[in-house]
Amino acid sequence: MKTENQRAWFFVLPVLLLVAFNALIPIMTVVNYSVQETFGNNLFFWQGLDWFEQILRSDRFRASLGRQFLFTFLILIIEVPLGIIIALSMPKKGLWVPVCLVTMALPMLIPWNVVGAMWNIFTLPDIGLLGYFLNTVLGINYDMTQDPIAAWITIVTMDVWHWTSLVVLLSYAGLVSIPDAYYQAAKIDGASPWKVFRYIQLPKMKTVLTIAILLRFMDSFNIYTEPFVLTGGGPGNSTTLLSIDLVKIALGQFDLGPAAAMSLIYFAITLLVSWLFYTLMTKDDDK
Amino acid sequence: MPVFRSRREARCIVAKITLKNLRHSYMPNPAGPEDFALKKIDLDWEDGGAYALLGPSGCGKSTLLNIISGLLNPSEGRILFDDRDVTDLPPDQRNIAQVFQFPVIYDTMKVYDNLAFPLRNRGVPAKKVDERVREIAEMLDVTEMLGTRASHLTPDNKQKISMGRGLVRDDVNVVMFDEPLTVIDPHLKWKLRSKLKELHQRVRATMIYVTHDQTEALTFADQVVVMQDGEVVQIGTPIELFERPQHTFVGHFIGSPGMNVLPATQEAGQVLFQGHKMALEGKVIGDGGATQLGIRPEFVSLSDKGLAANVRKVSDIGRHLVVEAMVNDTSIKAIVEGEAPQQGQAVHLAFRQDQTRLYRDGWLATEVAS
Repeated sequence: MKTENQRAWFFVLPVLLLVAFNALIPIMTVVNYSVQETFGNNLFFWQGLDWFEQILRSDRFRASLGRQFLFTFLILIIEVPLGIIIALSMPKKGLWVPVCLVTMALPMLIPWNVVGAMWNIFTLPDIGLLGYFLNTVLGINYDMTQDPIAAWITIVTMDVWHWTSLVVLLSYAGLVSIPDAYYQAAKIDGASPWKVFRYIQLPKMKTVLTIAILLRFMDSFNIYTEPFVLTGGGPGNSTTLLSIDLVKIALGQFDLGPAAAMSLIYFAITLLVSWLFYTLMTKDDDK
Repeated sequence: MPVFRSRREARCIVAKITLKNLRHSYMPNPAGPEDFALKKIDLDWEDGGAYALLGPSGCGKSTLLNIISGLLNPSEGRILFDDRDVTDLPPDQRNIAQVFQFPVIYDTMKVYDNLAFPLRNRGVPAKKVDERVREIAEMLDVTEMLGTRASHLTPDNKQKISMGRGLVRDDVNVVMFDEPLTVIDPHLKWKLRSKLKELHQRVRATMIYVTHDQTEALTFADQVVVMQDGEVVQIGTPIELFERPQHTFVGHFIGSPGMNVLPATQEAGQVLFQGHKMALEGKVIGDGGATQLGIRPEFVSLSDKGLAANVRKVSDIGRHLVVEAMVNDTSIKAIVEGEAPQQGQAVHLAFRQDQTRLYRDGWLATEVAS
C-alpha cells in the first residue's frame, strides 16, 4: 500500500522559495511591464501585446539581433575548433600538465569589466601595446573608435582570448578520459590520425563539447560587460549587441514596456536555440 | 597436413614468431635486473599454435604482448616473424591483431563498419570488405547485429566485435588477447572461451592469450607459457605443467590448491623432511642451495603409516575434500575422497613416490627414474 506523506513538501519548500525569488518573481515583473505602459507616479495602462509587435517590427531590434547572431557565430566558429586543437596538443602527463591547465584557466579568472578595460588600453593607437605596434610599427590604420571593422575584430579577439580556455579545459577533460587501449587498437587497425580524431576522440568528447558549446552560446549571446567597456556599442551602432541595445532602451530612454517585451523575446530566443541545439546533439544517443 | 577450407585460410599460416634476447625496462637507465620488467626472454611461437601466457599481475606478460604487437619497443633484443626482423616496425605493418581487456569499439559506427574498419583503412575494395565482414560476422554469430550501433551492444558482444576486428583481416600472423574476459559475466565467459577455441580451429592463425586465470589458460591453450617476475619459468602443455612443474612457482600457481612446497634438507645423499627420510621420484641433481620438497595435494593420501600429522582443517569442495594437516609447524594439503577426518585427529600422510620431487632454489632438481 502506498503511504501518503505530505511532509515531503517541507523539504522542497526552501528550493521553491529560492527559485521563486531569484527567477519566477523577477520574470513575472518583467512580464507585467511588457504588457503595460508606465508613467511616473506608478501609473500603468494596459497595452496588450503592442510592445512585442513594435519590437519585432522595429529595424533597430532586427539589426541588433543580426549583430548578436553574427558575434555569437564568429566566436563559436573560432573558439570551438581552436579549443579542440589546443586541447589535442596539450601534454597528457608530466610536469607541463598543471602549468598548461593554470595558464589556460587564467583568462577566465579575470573580472569581465577588467577584461574590457585591458583590451581597451591594449588597442589604443597612441599608448596601447597592440594599437601602437599596428599603427606605428606596421603602419596599419587601426583604430576601433573610428573603424567598425577594427571594433569587431577587437571584440571577437577579446572574447576568443577570454573564453577559448573553457572549450580547451572541457575538451581536455574529455580527451584524458579515453583509455590507452583505444589508441592502441586504432594503431593496430591502421587508422590515420584523422580517423582517430573522427572516430575516437570526437565521439568521446561529444558530451563535454555539447556542454561547452551550449555554455559559450548562452554566454556570448547574453554578453554585455566586455563590449560595453570596450566599445560602448560604437563606433555608431556597429557593435551594439542585443544586451547593449536593451540597456539603452531600458535605462537610457527609460522605455520600460518595450524593454520588458524585448527582454522576453531575447530570453525566448536564447532558450529556443539552446533547446534546439541540445535536443539535436543528444537525439541519436538513444537511437 | 591440415585441410584448408579456402585459400585465404591457408594464407593465414605464415609466420613463426621468434623472440631473441628480449629485455625491457620502463626506466631510461636501468641498472640492476630489478629495473627490468622483462628479463631476457628467448621464445619461439610456432605457426598456428594456441598459446597462453600465464602469470600473476605485474609479471610482465602484458609488456611482452605489447612488444610482440609493436605498441612497445623493447630496450634490447629482436623480434622475428619468419626470420624477418620486425623490431622497428609499427603495429599496423606487423599484421597482428590484438584484443584488449576492455572491449574497444568505435561507438559511433555500426557493427558492420566496426568490422570493416581495419580493411577499409588498408584500402581493401568494397566488395571484398563486404564478403569478409559477413563471413566473420557469421563465425561470431553477430550477423543479425550488423545494422545496430555498436554502442548499444552488451559487453560480451562488444568483446566479440573487438575480436572480429582482429580476425577480419586475412593477413594476420597472430591474434593476441590481453585478458579479454575480464569484463564478461561469468556465465558468458565459458561461451566466449569455447567460441575462441572454435575460431582458432577455423582460422588457424597463431593465437596468444594472456591471462592470470589458470582455468582460462589451461582450457584455451595447447602450450602454456608461465611467467613470473619478468621471466619465463616453464613452457609446456597443461598436463606437463600440472604433472612436472619445473619450478615451485608453477607448482604453486597452477592447481587448486597448488603444490605443497615443504622445507627439506639434503644430507649425505638423503633428503630429509622434519627428520624423516623421503623417497623421491629419481636421482637428485647437484647439491647446495635452498632445497624444498614439492608434491601436489592430489598425490598425498591418508594412510596407516607415514608422516604423523594433525588435521587442522577440512574443506569440502564438492567432488572431494581438501584436508590440511600439520606436521609440527608445517602445513600439508591433501586431496582426499570418502570419509572426512575430524579436526584435531591424528593421521598419517603418505606421499606417492613418483610424484615427490626436490627443488633447489626453486628449480626442479630430480630426474625421472628410468
